[in-house]
Amino acid sequence: MMRAFAALFAVFLALPALAEVKVQEVTSPAGINAWLVEDHSIPFTALEVRFRGGMSLDAPDKRGAVYLMTALIEEGAGELDARAHARAIEALAASFRYEATDDAVAVSARFLSENRDEALALLRDAIHEPRFDPEAIERVRAQVIAGRESASKDPNDIARATLNALIYGDHPYGSDGEGTVESVSALSRDDIVAVHSAVFARDRLYVSAVGDITPEELGEVLDSLLADLPETGAPLPGSADVTIPGGVKVVEFDTPQSVAVFAQDGIDRMAPDFFAAYVLNEVLGSGSFESRLMQEVREKRGLTYGVYSYLAPRDLAAVYLGSVASGNDRIAEAIDVIRAEWEQVASEGISAQEVEDAKTYLTGAYPLRFDGNGPIARILTGMQMEGLPADYIATRNDQINAVTVEDVNRVAAELLDPEGLQFVVVGQPVGLTDTVN
Amino acid sequence: MVRRLSILSALVALTGLIAAPVASGDIEDAVTSFELDNGMQVVVIEDHRAPVVQHMVWYRAGSADEPVGASGVAHFLEHLLFKGTETLKPGEFSAVVAANGGQDNAFTSNDYTAYFQRVAADRLELMMQMEADRMVNLQLAEQDILTERDVILEERNMRVENNPGALFNEQMQAAQYLNHRYGVPVIGWKHEMEELSLEDALSFYRTHYAPNNAILVVSGDADPDEVRKLAEKYYGVLPANPDLPERVRSQEPPQTSERRLTFKDARVAQPYVSRSYLASERDSGGQEKAAALVLLSEILGNGTTSFLAEKLQFERKLAVYTGAYYGGTSLDDTTFDLVIVPASGVSLQDAEAALDETIAEFMRTGVDEEQLDRIKMQLRASQIYARDNVDGIANRYGRGLTSGLTIQDIQAWPGILQAVTPDEIMAAAREVFRPEASVTGWLMQNDEVTQ
Repeated sequence: MMRAFAALFAVFLALPALAEVKVQEVTSPAGINAWLVEDHSIPFTALEVRFRGGMSLDAPDKRGAVYLMTALIEEGAGELDARAHARAIEALAASFRYEATDDAVAVSARFLSENRDEALALLRDAIHEPRFDPEAIERVRAQVIAGRESASKDPNDIARATLNALIYGDHPYGSDGEGTVESVSALSRDDIVAVHSAVFARDRLYVSAVGDITPEELGEVLDSLLADLPETGAPLPGSADVTIPGGVKVVEFDTPQSVAVFAQDGIDRMAPDFFAAYVLNEVLGSGSFESRLMQEVREKRGLTYGVYSYLAPRDLAAVYLGSVASGNDRIAEAIDVIRAEWEQVASEGISAQEVEDAKTYLTGAYPLRFDGNGPIARILTGMQMEGLPADYIATRNDQINAVTVEDVNRVAAELLDPEGLQFVVVGQPVGLTDTVN
Repeated sequence: MVRRLSILSALVALTGLIAAPVASGDIEDAVTSFELDNGMQVVVIEDHRAPVVQHMVWYRAGSADEPVGASGVAHFLEHLLFKGTETLKPGEFSAVVAANGGQDNAFTSNDYTAYFQRVAADRLELMMQMEADRMVNLQLAEQDILTERDVILEERNMRVENNPGALFNEQMQAAQYLNHRYGVPVIGWKHEMEELSLEDALSFYRTHYAPNNAILVVSGDADPDEVRKLAEKYYGVLPANPDLPERVRSQEPPQTSERRLTFKDARVAQPYVSRSYLASERDSGGQEKAAALVLLSEILGNGTTSFLAEKLQFERKLAVYTGAYYGGTSLDDTTFDLVIVPASGVSLQDAEAALDETIAEFMRTGVDEEQLDRIKMQLRASQIYARDNVDGIANRYGRGLTSGLTIQDIQAWPGILQAVTPDEIMAAAREVFRPEASVTGWLMQNDEVTQ
């Protein structure tokens, strides 16, 4: 009865559920490109600006410089010190967030239409004329160091850091962009000023705006906010040389639940088989209750609260990652089950029904992401950085639907590498020791 | 950037709900509410920008409604509701949602349990049919119980046992409440979770899951008339539970003793001092005091420009982080919390003393009206920003209605916040900062007082 009802609905799902996200490509008078979704129903705008490079631009002996610099952008600019700057933003009820990742520094802004110019003047000052006052540097440095000390006692952070060092080595991806207590302590104001001009440049700029703003208005905003930036920033680092040995590495840590992360070689975002791999992972380890790993590790055996895997194609390397956490006496079994499932899918593939169910889910869930001005702006800027065209939103589900079970199982056999799967386990796991492949 | 809050995320999670200070002026136009004949309340929040809908059912039953000795059963039952009914196999509920391109999940707190799905708007009827089904037709097997109990124990491992800050918060909360069930963690005490049985789960289900104890909240691309028609068809036919117990929890006696605790754990990297005070919550028809406490927490401890940050981080440089939190949406008495993370070289003792000195200074100097104006401006603006996130509005109604408030209370709240005066804020501060109703906790790595 319920099955029949569900099937009936599935027929209609071929219809596109997505609201029209009409992307306009805007070029400002000074030549800055941006994507715009105009929507005047709510009187505010979300603006997402990203500069490619991010924490990977740190010099090897200045680890943490981009992260600290980004944290200091909001700590005073132009005539205003940290508190005066913060009070001015509050008085306008605007919100400016700055985030440094491995691949980008992101500026996520939200401002009311009624005071757009005043708000953007503050944002312009923050990007162009951050003060980097010594007092602010010391205050924020202490916060960053406190965070690094906390991370050194957090099993999730320890696991991630250990895995990254293992597979990326000396490449920037191999160490934490927030730096170490030692490296952050040693950073000078000159180091911070230097990475500011390394990061903020027009040759690596990606912009989207969503909300109550016209193309003409956006053009003016882009020019006043970004046109005066230097043409070029620091050279981007080269790709990482990924070496994943395969096996288990244990990091002893006195805690009741072991945290494991795992990795194998991945697939590039622009590879022809990317969507087949994406559908494959949806079935294998997406973390939904229907995925193979959740069924085997959680639903059948109760070994964990959550287990998942995901493709991680980044600018400078593509890997396939996952994680699971289980009590110290049960983590060995969880890892065995994951590896067995990896082998099973690599050798036997998955069923046509699983592929169809995954495609139905993925195509149906896609529109659910476009749920607000801020989220849409972030998606659009992410698309630009990945090199996707503006009409991708309209064609993406077609690309998912074009994936066949034959594609998926061919990719499963080529991509999945049970022997090459590397686990890092942090805790006091029973029955697990380091292996060397 | 978020790093400054990471240390404290567990604290915020524990107090449950950070004050959600805004509702709506214009949003009210988009909100429709009515009640079905069997007593089930329905709220519809319209946003037709995208053909997507969120369907939620909230039960007026949370961990504070659990019987003695079965802590964690409300949350355990939440997990078990995915285990099938007379017509759905275990796991089939979520599989059907996924096969329709949707996402589903659920969550439990002290005062409520809620289930939701996000789907294309034309799938609303199927969601209602399935959610109504599991409101009354749950089927559980012994094996489901055993496996899922392992899952919630691993969930406790992940959220609490592996996190010294979360363990510390459990002790703080237990010390704060002498008699009220809020002293027991939502996920449950481990030794009681290990003994939860099929009968514990079914008993909680039979007692609390019924249309007259539930609220349907639909947000997004939904037409209120259509929602009413479907709700009557699927939920309206379910019989009300005539034996639904009145929601009475054992209340706090007068609190007369200042409490202190220290929690030591080798995994602590960053020691800090946490202080909680018993505080009154938003009451139906009487939200003014809670509104004053919301503004007090904003003035004292929300961000760079707050009083605590100004004095302790900028002027005296004794702290790397300070904060104040108040979660006013609660059925019974809640807490007002302060925290100070000392700067390197500052002892917990000195940090606590500095915190108390700063609060005393605030009590002398009073409210800075310019700061209050900025906060009120932000609260007004948040009503505009909120319209971009109708699912957030849906949560606000669900939490409010399961915490003893009415639709009218929820809609009056933004205006009440705007009307709060400096005198009311100071009066609320004098009332809430009672040492004899407080708990002070030190989270530390070992016996050393100085870092």
